[in-house]
Amino acid sequence: MDTLTRERSPLSFEGIDPAPKPRISIRNLEFFYGKTRALKGIDLDLPENRVTAFIGPSGCGKSTLLRVLNRMYDLYPNQTATGEVLLDGENILARGTDLNRLRTKVGMVFQKPTPFPMTIHENIAFGLRLMGTVKSEIDDRIEAALRGAALWEEVKDKLQASGQSLSGGQQQRLCIARTIAVEPEVILLDEPASALDPISTGKIEETIHQLKERFTIAIVTHNMQQASRVSDRTAFMYLGELIEAGETAQIFTRPREERTSDYITGRFG
Amino acid sequence: MSVVTEFETGPRATNPVARSDRVFGTLTFAAAVVVLLTLLGVFVSLAMGAWPAFQKFGIGFLYTAKWNPVTDKFGALAPLYGTVVTSVIAMLIAVPVGLGIAIFLTETCPRILRRPLGIAIELLAGIPSIIYGIWGLFVFAPFMQSVVQPALIDTLGQVPLIGTLFSGAPYGIGMLTAGLILAMMVLPFIASLARDIFLTVPDMLRESAYGLGMTRWEVNRHIVIPHVRTALVGGIMLSLGRALGETMAVTFVIGNAHRISASILQPGTTISAAIANEFTEATTPLYTASLIALGLVLFILTFIVLAAAQYMLRRMKQKSGV
Repeated sequence: MDTLTRERSPLSFEGIDPAPKPRISIRNLEFFYGKTRALKGIDLDLPENRVTAFIGPSGCGKSTLLRVLNRMYDLYPNQTATGEVLLDGENILARGTDLNRLRTKVGMVFQKPTPFPMTIHENIAFGLRLMGTVKSEIDDRIEAALRGAALWEEVKDKLQASGQSLSGGQQQRLCIARTIAVEPEVILLDEPASALDPISTGKIEETIHQLKERFTIAIVTHNMQQASRVSDRTAFMYLGELIEAGETAQIFTRPREERTSDYITGRFG
Repeated sequence: MSVVTEFETGPRATNPVARSDRVFGTLTFAAAVVVLLTLLGVFVSLAMGAWPAFQKFGIGFLYTAKWNPVTDKFGALAPLYGTVVTSVIAMLIAVPVGLGIAIFLTETCPRILRRPLGIAIELLAGIPSIIYGIWGLFVFAPFMQSVVQPALIDTLGQVPLIGTLFSGAPYGIGMLTAGLILAMMVLPFIASLARDIFLTVPDMLRESAYGLGMTRWEVNRHIVIPHVRTALVGGIMLSLGRALGETMAVTFVIGNAHRISASILQPGTTISAAIANEFTEATTPLYTASLIALGLVLFILTFIVLAAAQYMLRRMKQKSGV
């Protein structure tokens, strides 16, 4: 079976299956910065079409975990991961994984907006062209992506303006549009709203809500309220370990672990 | 309506700290004025010194190739041509290689190699130009004469159209040799400037480009270089300025012949080489004035290069949308 082609179940698991089938399965993941062990034996499933939030104090390994999922750490020497991360049944940590292809399947949005030094139109068209999108389709795909990121109405008349001329919140939504335009399967959001004002944050959260119908989403956030607002499932991490993961409502109301409840109620972190 | 605050009239105004701050401001202003005065001074003295030559030859000085001290006939075209040709050769080689080095150092280079390579490049930049000149004349030019130039004549020299660029006898010295030496001299500048510039690109921007599935080439070509283009063009122009004005090394290997030949293997001269070579021989006032006029031409040429760079940057900005 060609696991690289999109395979989505036409059935909705909503209401039938409380834990839909996992899109990404992390098994015994360990991560090292040089000799420092940053992730310790992580086991976790990211269910399809759900938002999974990662919370925990700074330095607990949330962002590191995210960067394993698209192998961004590969850009840097001395960073290694062991264990398994299965995407559609394939271990992406395996040697010989086509990283460019993996990264088109696992898109990422960063803490700060990172528009490319080109026009708004080009910012999105660039990734589409890399994917080999037919020229005649590009404009439609750009519009769809910008609508998907709730940015279309604000920029439709100035697509030829520089992406870097937009406001911070608009830039971040442009980055989301750029990411969803290439139709990845998974979207990683690394504190996507940490540099934004509350209104822009609200728009981003709304966008995330709509996106989960089409994508599997992992979001790292420092903001407890944000985690409870946008996510279906929450994973609490501490000092490189996954302490607890489960339905967001359960984690926030009846955490099993004391450390989780201490963190959520603000007693440390 | 402006309100006079206590800050301006109160004890703060006569406070020695506030006064010393004003002194500091004046000092920095004075430092900036020194630059402008120097620039103006150089320009005025060049223009005055060159006046007799322009009076005699008019604007024709710029496009006359004849340079004959015996008959007192002088024209700047040959050295101007040599200056431009050698600098173009130098930049054609040094810019891509320098950018390649910088990208290697910032992207793919293993950490252990990073520092030694960086130091090697800075050492290369520290070699005095006279050393390049002597090495060029005694080592590089014979090598060019016996190996590189015959090979070029036999291969590229036989190709129609561009063949004339590589025709003639292999002298060893000449415009190509000078251009290559210049390339070696500006290469470390471009490489280390570009490396420092590339290091200013936020990791996150790079990562987001890789995150879209771009290859290293695509990330550098479409994201990194456009992101830093302003600084990069500035750095390249600085290097070009150096190549245009470089004197010693070029004088050694260019052949110092006031002539214009289509073949880059032939000897020629540059403005600065001509000045350095002939100043002691300039016996008539007109000869001296002509040499100073050459200096003025170089001054203006450098100015034009900088202006062109500014124009280019503005065009590039418009193209990417503002």
